[in-house]
Amino acid sequence: MHRDNDRYKLFTRRTALLAGGKLLLLSAIAGRMYYLQVVEAQRYKTLADENRINMRLLPPPRGRILDRFGLPMAVNQQNYRVILISEQAKDIPGVLDNLGQIIRLSDADKRRILRETRRKRSFVPVTVRENLTWEEVAAVEVNTPDLPGITIDVGESRFYPYPGESAHALGYVSIPNEDELTGDPLLELPGFRIGKAGVEKVHDVVLRGVGGTSQVEVNAFGRVIRELSRQDGQAGADVRLTIDLGLQRFTAQRLGEESASAVVLDIANGDVLAMTSTPSFDSNAFNKGLSGREWRALTTNPRSPLINKSIAGQYAPGSTFKVCVALAALEKGVVTPQQRFVCPGHLELGNMRFHCWKKEGHGWMDMEAGIAHSCDVYFYEVARRVGIERIAAMARRLGLGSATGLDLPGEQNGLVPDREWKHAALKSPWQQGETLITGIGQGYLLTTPLQLALMTARIANGNLAIVPRLTRGIATLRGEQPRRGTVVEPLNIAPAHLALIRRGMTIVCNEPFGTGFRSRITEAGYEMAGKTGTVQVRRISKAERETGVKKNEDLPWEQRDHALFIGFAPHRAPRYACAVVVEHGGSGSKMAAPIARDVLLAAQKRGSGGEDRAGPVAETPPDSAGGSRPEGRS
Amino acid sequence: MMRFRRYETHLTMAQKLWQVSWGLVMLLALTASIGFAMLYSAANGNWDPWASKQIVRFAFGTAVMLVVAVVDLRVWMRWAYLIYGVGLVLLVIVDVWGSIGMGAQRWINLGFMQLQPSEVMKIALVMALARYFHGASLEEVGRITFLIPPVAMVLVAAALVLKQPDLGTAMMLMLCGGAMFFLAGVRVWKFIVVIAAGIAAIPVGWHFLHDYQKARIETFLEPESDPLGAGYHILQSKIALGSGGLFGKGFMQGSQSHLSFLPEKQTDFIFTMLAEEMGMLGGLVLVGLYTLIIAHGYGIALRSRSHFGRLLAMGITTTFSLYVFINVSMVMGLVPVVGVPLPLISYGGTAMLTLLFGFGLVLNVYVHRDLLIGRRGADDF
Repeated sequence: MHRDNDRYKLFTRRTALLAGGKLLLLSAIAGRMYYLQVVEAQRYKTLADENRINMRLLPPPRGRILDRFGLPMAVNQQNYRVILISEQAKDIPGVLDNLGQIIRLSDADKRRILRETRRKRSFVPVTVRENLTWEEVAAVEVNTPDLPGITIDVGESRFYPYPGESAHALGYVSIPNEDELTGDPLLELPGFRIGKAGVEKVHDVVLRGVGGTSQVEVNAFGRVIRELSRQDGQAGADVRLTIDLGLQRFTAQRLGEESASAVVLDIANGDVLAMTSTPSFDSNAFNKGLSGREWRALTTNPRSPLINKSIAGQYAPGSTFKVCVALAALEKGVVTPQQRFVCPGHLELGNMRFHCWKKEGHGWMDMEAGIAHSCDVYFYEVARRVGIERIAAMARRLGLGSATGLDLPGEQNGLVPDREWKHAALKSPWQQGETLITGIGQGYLLTTPLQLALMTARIANGNLAIVPRLTRGIATLRGEQPRRGTVVEPLNIAPAHLALIRRGMTIVCNEPFGTGFRSRITEAGYEMAGKTGTVQVRRISKAERETGVKKNEDLPWEQRDHALFIGFAPHRAPRYACAVVVEHGGSGSKMAAPIARDVLLAAQKRGSGGEDRAGPVAETPPDSAGGSRPEGRS
Repeated sequence: MMRFRRYETHLTMAQKLWQVSWGLVMLLALTASIGFAMLYSAANGNWDPWASKQIVRFAFGTAVMLVVAVVDLRVWMRWAYLIYGVGLVLLVIVDVWGSIGMGAQRWINLGFMQLQPSEVMKIALVMALARYFHGASLEEVGRITFLIPPVAMVLVAAALVLKQPDLGTAMMLMLCGGAMFFLAGVRVWKFIVVIAAGIAAIPVGWHFLHDYQKARIETFLEPESDPLGAGYHILQSKIALGSGGLFGKGFMQGSQSHLSFLPEKQTDFIFTMLAEEMGMLGGLVLVGLYTLIIAHGYGIALRSRSHFGRLLAMGITTTFSLYVFINVSMVMGLVPVVGVPLPLISYGGTAMLTLLFGFGLVLNVYVHRDLLIGRRGADDF
């Protein structure tokens, strides 16, 4: 019992000690709880919110691009893609390996993804693959528990319903480069694309819209539980062009496989109704991404599919320039319309001989005949009398020699030479022989098809120095804001002179001796007026002249002459002006004129320049009298 | 002089039941009910998969507890070493062959439930040590040779548990064993020596730790160093707990818990979820309940007239309080993460059963509080 008493006392003491220890621990716990839940409560509340709240950027739908009648030329399509958010995936190579067993992922893909995850901020998603098929989407969705950080995203991607016909005007969209990142967070979103060429680039900011933000609650796996708040952005504005899609498609199909360009302008206001350049490319392919092989095929093709020949192709205008020379002569008063010159087939100047295209010569020519027959000697004579300075001045007044200012990137200036230019550029004085060659549209002269169409339109208009424009208006929810171009100035050329030139051009196409007669429009009320042009691209040696100038068909393609034609219709009350350039087409009258005929007829029949809906968008061009049926483009 | 009355050796079962400290039983039930509510919330408003099973287990465990309470205390004393032996065998079995769950061999799959031998050992060790020291006089307790067998009992058990590997439970076993030694009257200087030796052995012991265990300790010392890896649990626990504030976010409104930021919310971190939803107030209420349970245990121990009873009651109570303290400190970042459940509240079958078995023993001690037991377990002394 004593034993037990002692034991009991000791036990009691020790129990009391333990109890004291417990109380100490208890206060430590209570104290810690107080610290965490009262003192630091705010900080932890904030951290808790940071855990569960994510800000998401909502990309707005890109504005569409429409033709003048509202038909869609560039729209948005749904696009499923796999994205990876690196802060939610702890072991990125492992996740990619798992994913690679479900959808095909090459090693190059994996390397790219790893590069991008290192470069971007950890909460910004990285695109793994776009344009998934439905089966792939389902397979990935089923396996998401094993793929932390991987989600399926539905986005919109750009789609061009008529890629071939509209590619050069519209351009394309693609992912921004490093140097194109302006700091706008929208640009860093996966798959976000900006315009890189054409209208897509010029109006990229309005097409892009403004991003919205959404505050979402997420769980630890990044899964969105619910949306807490949302701030809607602004959808991209639609851009309405002046182009008539039906006419554009017709023109592109009519040009076929040639390396060519055609531009149709509305004479009244300068609207670009059609602007085609062939061969073209598939702008939808740029969205998906081109392989190295496809890219090389495009860049090494001798017919230059990537270049918009309408504004960037610079050609000597050839005989089409003669209308400008004649106008210059009339305005200066050095030649009267009735004045006649004889064409024996050539002209001597000093010790040089300048040839006419007709070896035998044309005989006596007045102005109307000179234009109708396109006699070179007549125009050598006229040019000699007018002088290069006046010719250059008239050319500029008609819109040549400088970029027209069209709202499209990449426009070239062309070249109108004069003494000052030659002195500055070539450091040598002007030779009179060069005036002669300029008189027939060769030499240093360079024009783009758009400039040629503009020249024709100004001649046909007669009043104003119209300026071409491509954008008709930008449509937001508030309504369409029209785009007014630059202020249009008067042309300041005597109407009588212009009428004379127009008459000459009418004869070219509608009198049997005109160079364009074979390609005339026969339907009453739709007749066109115009001027053919054939441009030498090689030097013809004296020896060859002796033996006989080789025909175009006997030459390789790159050495054949360019074929050009400018025209307007209907000739009595002109509405539409057109310029066609077929590279190495051989003969302006044989190659370019028939195309212009079909195009101008289509434009008139469709009422392309109107406000109301035009005629139906034809798949193949209508049959026109005397015309060759073109190949259908795929 | 202590007054005592002769113990009526044959109380009937019914009379014994009457003797049970129903106050303690009520406290246990109340605490467990808080657990049920938390499991209901953890399952986002569902009784399945946790709350319903836990209720069944608690009911079953309560029945076991009452049965244990009315069996004669001397029976338990007689079986103490046997039960300890069984516990060792089970540990060996699970080390050699066991179903692998959660990355460690800790369970034996019995089909209808998972049996965790380390939980069994918690109780068995206390029983065995209580028996051993019951028969010891103070002089014997002072002799080191006398202490070798119980030390061996503790170390063997702890080593087997450590091999699983289960660092947390092994340390708990050693701590409880140490508490039993302390209560039995071992001199304080021996404890100081052991603790000093333990500190000196830390560099050696560090070498033997598994990587993840080392990581846990490192993360404990500096949780912000690896917020997405090893320190994630503690950081999330503190965020969830702290953001609860004084009054909590409301029942079932714990955003961190329900959005899966808080891991293991139905087991190790269930206290965090309670503190997030019920605030500091709720946390203190629960801690208060635990304190009352512990106080009851202390009272029962002091009231008992047999040394076995006192040691047994204190041993169980101390084990219980250690688990409470370690778990709560762990979720608040005061001690490294060791995977120790919160008694009566964390979801878990074996833990609940063994705990209620243990409280059955405590109630037993109270029922037999006037029983005097001799050195050999007989009625004589």
